[in-house]
Amino acid sequence: MSMLKVEDLHVYYGSIHAIKGISFEVNEGEIVTLIGANGAGKSTTLNTVAGLLKPRTGSVEFEGKSLLGVPAHKIVSRGLALCPEGRRIFLQLTVQENLEMGAYTQTGGIAESLEKVYTHFPRLKERYRQVAGTLSGGEQQMLAMGRALMSKPKVMMLDEPSMGLAPLLVEQIFEIIRNLNRAGTTILLVEQNAQMALSIASRGYVLETGRIVTSASAQELLHDDAVRKAYLGG
Amino acid sequence: MILFLSNLISGISLGSVYALIALGYTMVYGIAKMLNFAHGDVIMVGGYICFFATGQFGLPVPVGVLLSVIVCTVLGVVIEGLAYRPLRQAGSLAVLITAIGVSYFLQNAAQLLWTSNPKVFTSVVTLPSLSLFGLTISDETIVTILACIVIMIVLSLFISRTKLGKAMRACSEDRAAAQLMGINVNRTISLTFAIGSGLAAIAGVLLCSSYPTLMPTTGSMPGIKAFTAAVFGGIGSIPGAFLGGILLGIIESMAKAYISTNLANSIVFAVLIVVLLVKPSGLLGKYVPEKV
Repeated sequence: MSMLKVEDLHVYYGSIHAIKGISFEVNEGEIVTLIGANGAGKSTTLNTVAGLLKPRTGSVEFEGKSLLGVPAHKIVSRGLALCPEGRRIFLQLTVQENLEMGAYTQTGGIAESLEKVYTHFPRLKERYRQVAGTLSGGEQQMLAMGRALMSKPKVMMLDEPSMGLAPLLVEQIFEIIRNLNRAGTTILLVEQNAQMALSIASRGYVLETGRIVTSASAQELLHDDAVRKAYLGG
Repeated sequence: MILFLSNLISGISLGSVYALIALGYTMVYGIAKMLNFAHGDVIMVGGYICFFATGQFGLPVPVGVLLSVIVCTVLGVVIEGLAYRPLRQAGSLAVLITAIGVSYFLQNAAQLLWTSNPKVFTSVVTLPSLSLFGLTISDETIVTILACIVIMIVLSLFISRTKLGKAMRACSEDRAAAQLMGINVNRTISLTFAIGSGLAAIAGVLLCSSYPTLMPTTGSMPGIKAFTAAVFGGIGSIPGAFLGGILLGIIESMAKAYISTNLANSIVFAVLIVVLLVKPSGLLGKYVPEKV
């Protein structure tokens, strides 16, 4: 079943045509990845789906309902969360307060969600009273993901979770993404680290300057000559 | 010694009023990233509302104060919604000029409604003054200081403990990320204006109780001083507004007593300049540790 469906999306920054008519979909239970070079429009796409940017034309549907014109703060409560590029955690709030903010739209108690996040990220539990600005880069990434999880998303969008992290930490973060997916969260992953992204994804789309140039199963993309040359270092 | 203490206490009292006003400046700056120069004039409106409610219509003091708080709270939200919200995506200069415009609008509206003749404000505090070791402290002074302390404690608890308070801090740090959490940023900014303006009303009533001349321009000088206090303490920081306000009040009161009444304001601003030269972010200005 299609959870998220984007069709013929056009996004502008002023007069700059950043996204030039892209279409893709994410089905329930999948890990789908958008790969591409810097400036290809990956983050713009996610930010538009999350409601932070307004598209000029095109449609975005989540569980069959249009998201166009829905303000960003209302999209989260429908079950679509974005873990943004550069983490964007609240540096002056404590770890636990950051997680509480992630559950802002939740009406009931949050103890259960907290427990779930702490099982995925035991490091955060050790540091729950610490101010988030004092965490290491890897811990901040975990906090950003934990915070997005707190809204109990059906689909979680992750923007460059590996950015600036040591290879060992990247492995760890991707392992957690796979675990989250096994636990029932559908994932839309944006990555520059195409190798890692394709290794856990079921399908992938390749973005180049605002257009989707290839889409195939992750296995096929890993063995596609053009993709290998452009994104996987030959 | 007695004289010194008496000056100190009246400085703290004046500083408490500055602190209450500075809170409005600093909270709005922290969350909406703008300087609301009309904030001082909300104080004046608060003073007038209380003056008419208690003086003209003979309502009991608590009702008058409450009415003043309600009117200013609504006024603050309306000003934000009508004047500032449409400029959310505009440059900061456009917002600044608009704020100055709103300030003039309020002063002129007050002049039209209530004329420019000064009104004599009757103090809302009618308690006996306190005498301690030959030192007389007026009832207004005591109530002003106590009110400021209570408000400061309640506000700090609200900001640090409640969900809405945490959402305000989240918005002030990263508006887009706050939206991704499901926080309605526009509503949070409205709430900030509501709180700031409500506090301005209380400040107005307390200020007019100690300095009973009420005119359409009554709010502008305390407004500017409180803005100075907010910058002095570190704009965006709530404890900074409190500390800056109290210190500014003490400096002003001491300068008046020991140096010159005429030079008091100049001395206040000179101190500000020195502090900013040494510590540009203000006394408690935020330094955010960040690892990349």
